[in-house]
Amino acid sequence: MISIYNLNKYFQVFQALKSISVDFEQGKVYALIGPNGSGKTTLIKCISGLVIPTSGRILLDNEDIIGTWKYRQKIGYMPQIGKYPDNLTIGQLFSMMKDIRSGDALMDESLYYGFRLDKLSEKRMHTLSGGTRQKVSAALAFLFNPPVLILDEPTAGLDPIASEILKEKISHEKQNGKLIIITSHIMNDLDELSTDMLYLYEGRLVYKNSIAAIKGETGEDRLGRAVMKMLINQNYEV
Amino acid sequence: MSRIIKYIFYDLLRTRFILLYLVFLLISTLAMFQLDSDPGKVTMSLLNILLMIVPLVSIIFTTIHFYNSYEFMELMLAQPVNRKTVLIAQYIGVSVALAIAFLIGVGGPLLIFGGGAAGTSMILSGIMLTLVFVSLAFLASVLTSDKAKAIGGALLLWFYFSLIYDAFILWVVYNFGDYPLEKPILVLISLNPVDLARVMMLMKMDISALMGYTGAFYRQFFSSSSGILFSVVVLVFWIVIPFYCTLKVFVKKDI
Repeated sequence: MISIYNLNKYFQVFQALKSISVDFEQGKVYALIGPNGSGKTTLIKCISGLVIPTSGRILLDNEDIIGTWKYRQKIGYMPQIGKYPDNLTIGQLFSMMKDIRSGDALMDESLYYGFRLDKLSEKRMHTLSGGTRQKVSAALAFLFNPPVLILDEPTAGLDPIASEILKEKISHEKQNGKLIIITSHIMNDLDELSTDMLYLYEGRLVYKNSIAAIKGETGEDRLGRAVMKMLINQNYEV
Repeated sequence: MSRIIKYIFYDLLRTRFILLYLVFLLISTLAMFQLDSDPGKVTMSLLNILLMIVPLVSIIFTTIHFYNSYEFMELMLAQPVNRKTVLIAQYIGVSVALAIAFLIGVGGPLLIFGGGAAGTSMILSGIMLTLVFVSLAFLASVLTSDKAKAIGGALLLWFYFSLIYDAFILWVVYNFGDYPLEKPILVLISLNPVDLARVMMLMKMDISALMGYTGAFYRQFFSSSSGILFSVVVLVFWIVIPFYCTLKVFVKKDI
């Protein structure tokens, strides 16, 4: 569904992504892992159009997306740190987003109500805690029912109940045949949700395989341990 | 795009700064009319204030607004919205708000007390100046990702166009006074939107007669329809070129 060819990204002289080529298929959940600063967020931002790659191609449903914008109808993006206009209330933010994207697919407000954001709709964005912002980001990413979901550290900062609600939602959408890409450092969450794993190291995609294969290769039944063992076998740092 | 402009307007109205600006212009224009009954002298005094205040307020307010609405833009850019649309909507939102404040704040009293032809060209050049400096502010903002640097750059641009450039022209006139300077100075004036607005205005007033031969030359040039067309076209270039550069940078910017 998404194919990336030879993607490079430089920030001035620093090369954040080094010729990444990868295919993402529909109906799968990809766990994107790697040390801090390995380029996970940059890769995700390239797909969601916030960062413009230096070279390479990104195809979504066989159409080149770099420099275009219509394709973003198909993508729900949950940023690592959601930034929103300070003066707006939660209610205003959601009605604004619906207004700007009116005419898009059927709305999915299950997370909005699931996180009880309707009870907070009068609260202004700058008064919200980090966790509540995360909830808003998650609810917005799922709101327009997009076929591709890109979640940058979705459960970091969420309370245990919200985290469970979100994970349930993710596996529900997985069963609906959506393509989901998640970055996270919480291996247990990824173990529950994902079907495949990608490992980025210093801007390079060094490993990609299905979760079952990794576990089979290493003989471990927990993803965290399996990844550790795999990395030691391949001589990469964690 | 109109839906995005709508939310930018909401946001601008909430800050109340535009309202303050309008009230300030209204009070100072009304005060000028109270001090003097001759509309010619009033427009003359107003001109000096406006040539300082309008560029300063436009460039600083736009820069601050750009950074304050960075979150909004970030949010929009992850949506199926064209990057250019977001920036153009921002430009329209800010410049229309500032231009309306100017139109009401200065145009209102002029309409009541009567400003004549000088009044009309003052409104026109004031609005053009607003658009030019909003454009320059966008360019300063998009070239750096640091708010303090952008405001510094914006202030520097204002200093340059309002003060430094005039000193430079004076220096040229002082040193090359023996040569026929009318045409070179005309070119130099075109390189500064503030000067262009000032000369456009002065030529509509009677005082240009006091400026001797040069004044007569400019009066002849700027009062003819081709002269007015020339200055308007140059000012439009001053609006379009910085904004075009801003767009070019913005579509490639990493958020």
